[in-house]
Amino acid sequence: MNTNVAHKAETPTLAIAMEERRLLRANQAKAVADRLDFWYGTNQALKNINLVIPENQVTALIGPSGCGKSTFLRCFNRMHDLQADTRYAGSIMLHPENVNLVGKDVDPIEVRMRIGMVFQKPNPFPKTVFENVAYGLRLRGFSNRTELAERVEKALRGAAIWDEVKDRLTDSALALSGGQMQRLCIARALATEPEILLFDEPTSALDPIATAKIEELITELRSRVTILIVTHNMQQAARVSDFTAFMYLGELVEVDATSKIFTNPSKKATEDYITGRYG
Amino acid sequence: MAAVMTIEELRAGLAWRKNLDKLFVLVGLLVLMSCLGLLALLFLDLVRDGAERFGWDFLTQFPSRKAERAGILSAWVGTSMIMLVTALVALPVGVAAAIYLEEYAPKNALTGIIEINVTNLAGVPSIVYGLLALGLFVYKFGFGQSVLSAGLTLALLILPIIIVGTREALRAVPKAIREAAYGLGATRWEVTKDHVLPYSTGGILTGLILGLSRAIGETAPIITIGALSFIAFLPGSPITGEFPFLNFEWLKSEFTAMPIQIFNWVSRPDQAFQQNAAAAAAILLGMTLAMNAVAIWIRYRFRKKINW
Repeated sequence: MNTNVAHKAETPTLAIAMEERRLLRANQAKAVADRLDFWYGTNQALKNINLVIPENQVTALIGPSGCGKSTFLRCFNRMHDLQADTRYAGSIMLHPENVNLVGKDVDPIEVRMRIGMVFQKPNPFPKTVFENVAYGLRLRGFSNRTELAERVEKALRGAAIWDEVKDRLTDSALALSGGQMQRLCIARALATEPEILLFDEPTSALDPIATAKIEELITELRSRVTILIVTHNMQQAARVSDFTAFMYLGELVEVDATSKIFTNPSKKATEDYITGRYG
Repeated sequence: MAAVMTIEELRAGLAWRKNLDKLFVLVGLLVLMSCLGLLALLFLDLVRDGAERFGWDFLTQFPSRKAERAGILSAWVGTSMIMLVTALVALPVGVAAAIYLEEYAPKNALTGIIEINVTNLAGVPSIVYGLLALGLFVYKFGFGQSVLSAGLTLALLILPIIIVGTREALRAVPKAIREAAYGLGATRWEVTKDHVLPYSTGGILTGLILGLSRAIGETAPIITIGALSFIAFLPGSPITGEFPFLNFEWLKSEFTAMPIQIFNWVSRPDQAFQQNAAAAAAILLGMTLAMNAVAIWIRYRFRKKINW
């Protein structure tokens, strides 16, 4: 606890726990949020968030409803820009190029082309299975049928749904089950090989079996893509993530290795939350 | 814990409330049936009055001074051509306006004023559109008393209907679908053209047809711009056998339309012409009902295909 405080004093901009620093030595940082603030109108939803997202690891964001974890997640692909009257301050630097994802001079569409997102409710387009996955590629100008077919198959295999849909590629995606739809959405995001994949409570609308499949998939994907996941389900965070960040009232309370957060958190608030005393 | 009332009291109260429920169903059915019944009665009355006149000849003959030889050929052809112009003008303009208002317009005072006025336009009396068109299309632009002027006038008249209908259809596309497309890096136009528009086609077409079925019966504005009641020729065919297969002469042609023909016949004292009017009115009503049926069918088809 004391070492943690002392460490904070040394590096005022990055409030990274010692444990995370130790683990980070083995991992490259993919993105770093530095003094990130965010406002909806005059309502400040995020306050001074400092967080390192390690490359090819799963980072989970947990916290009670309204704590700002989804808001934080949506900063990474500039979803807030679709709404009027929103404002960012501070930065989220994407490595290795050091692009500030929330910078005013950075095109939000460019950001979204590099960072994929999977939403809370499965939201496939009412098009065919194939066209769902191909859409991101078509936006990027791919039109060669063989190449599209190859990439679509690769993405569907990556999302562990190929065997289930390979004979139904021309069927409507709306004919799939909820769990299949969500894996299709993951395939859709994977097709363009994003650098970071954001998951916004991806299993909250799914049954336990479909949830287990998605969790397994996230564990498989972590070797290939950096993952940031918001979840309400603490067991899920414990199962799938390497690092866990606890947020409360728009602030980042604590971030550490998942094993540490769930066994020996440094902050009282974190402990209260994970033991179910509030939230 | 003691109950707030005995079981007998509870049952008596519930029986009373259930009776109220039944009463409402009864009142509702009664109101509905009297409306539908009235419409059916009107339709049957027209059919009965015009019964003698229905037939192929009635549809293929020009108007005549002799009631038994008069037909509605020029009227229904004129109405069809006007509807074609109206649809071709009102659909793209209305849909584009709706897309702008719904997807692009910033939420500010100016947009608010525009929105209120679009809604208000739907309530402007149709004769006012007729006067506007007389000054603007017929004289200022020099289109004359033509199919083109009539089509444009009715297009103006139904624009608010199409705009409001299209906006509702666009709004019905879930936010999650838009976010999915934006999330993949689509621009606003790509989201609109690849997703929002295709998924709301059913609603947009329904709006168009409802607009057209309003326009098809409009009389005042086309009288104002100078529809003729006696036309014994047809405008040139829009499609020709020679290159470029399209002919636009018909746009400049003088015209009559179904409601005009009906109005003309009704105003004659001769009983035989009254029969003609009834028959033509029944056919016009049939055209309107058929259009509405198509609208319902389209909506049903698209609902079945896209079920969010």
